Amino acid sequence: MELQELDIVAEPVLVEDPELAARRSLRAQIARLEGQLAEALVTSFAQSIEGLEPTSCAPRAHARMLDLGELECVRDELAERVHASRARIAEAAEAQAASRIRLEQMRLEPGRHRFTRVSCRELGERGCGVWEVRPRLGLIGMLMGWWQLKLSSGCPLARGRELRSRPP
Amino acid sequence: MKRGLDFEATPGFVEPAVRAEFPGLRLLWLTVAVNLGTRSPALERRLDAHADRYRGAGVVAMRTLPIPHAYRAFFRHVGLDPDVTRIPTEQAAVERLLQGAFASRDALRDALLLGLLETGVPVWALDGDRVAPGGLGIRMTAEAEALASGGALPAGRLVVADAAHIHAPLFGEVAAAHRPGPRTRRVALFAVGVDGVPSIHLEEALWVCVEALGPG
Repeated sequence: MELQELDIVAEPVLVEDPELAARRSLRAQIARLEGQLAEALVTSFAQSIEGLEPTSCAPRAHARMLDLGELECVRDELAERVHASRARIAEAAEAQAASRIRLEQMRLEPGRHRFTRVSCRELGERGCGVWEVRPRLGLIGMLMGWWQLKLSSGCPLARGRELRSRPP
Repeated sequence: MKRGLDFEATPGFVEPAVRAEFPGLRLLWLTVAVNLGTRSPALERRLDAHADRYRGAGVVAMRTLPIPHAYRAFFRHVGLDPDVTRIPTEQAAVERLLQGAFASRDALRDALLLGLLETGVPVWALDGDRVAPGGLGIRMTAEAEALASGGALPAGRLVVADAAHIHAPLFGEVAAAHRPGPRTRRVALFAVGVDGVPSIHLEEALWVCVEALGPG
């Protein structure tokens, strides 16, 4: 067996400035949080959940290099907004689920839910229709106990009757 | 980059300190001969076709797409709130929703808007004769520097500049004195890319603008 001599040259190890690495890590976190916040906004829009519109009062500014502390502030503020958004979505989803259960009960036993109303908005749907348990044939239905679940057709006018009749 | 049309885009310089912080930040620029006096009906039709594709839900969801997301994240990295200082694609989309159309203004601005709409990458224009021979790039401002139009800038701001002038804050308005005017015969177009935006999109944005401006 023949042995060979190899020249092994060690690669110089580059040590990154720890603060630069920290800033890079914070930027990665900010990018991830920005994506999560965007997804939360889209989810809230799709489910007609209000109160998640971006409301920032930060002044307009020029692009600049942020230091570690400033990046942490941006990260923390975004994390707080993501947390608040998710809590709001979860809360709204629970309320919508409860509304759907109520609607199902109205459908199964209309007589026990007389004049109960559930709006499409409460169900997380678009439009201004309202589900309501009403008597069939008006007064006769009330006297006879004939109850049914009906969906109103919603607003006939895009802006509603009130706005249209209001003087300019 | 050469594609049928006679132009070549040049990568701009990025100050080493800026590059160390933002490895994905880059600028691509070129100069092109133009005749800004003419407005193109074909260009207006292309803008109208784009306008027809915009819906409210799509604009809301835009921020989840890769390129707008990359610009939004970068805006946060450099201290801009993208919900206050909107990224260019979202700004254009919001204006479209408010106005009901992409309003055609002049050949140059229409071409820049078209480049933005087709690629998601913003393109700015300068009077070509104002660009110093070394070319454009991105750097930080030092103490007591000012925009070409005279507006003072604090130190540490990111700007688009050449060896002689600061032409614009990064992602900001070009200094009024360096904007192309009716007598401009040569414009310098530049696109700024960030981490997450493929280089081909920058080239495409410039190409769309040059193609839309037509032969000068």
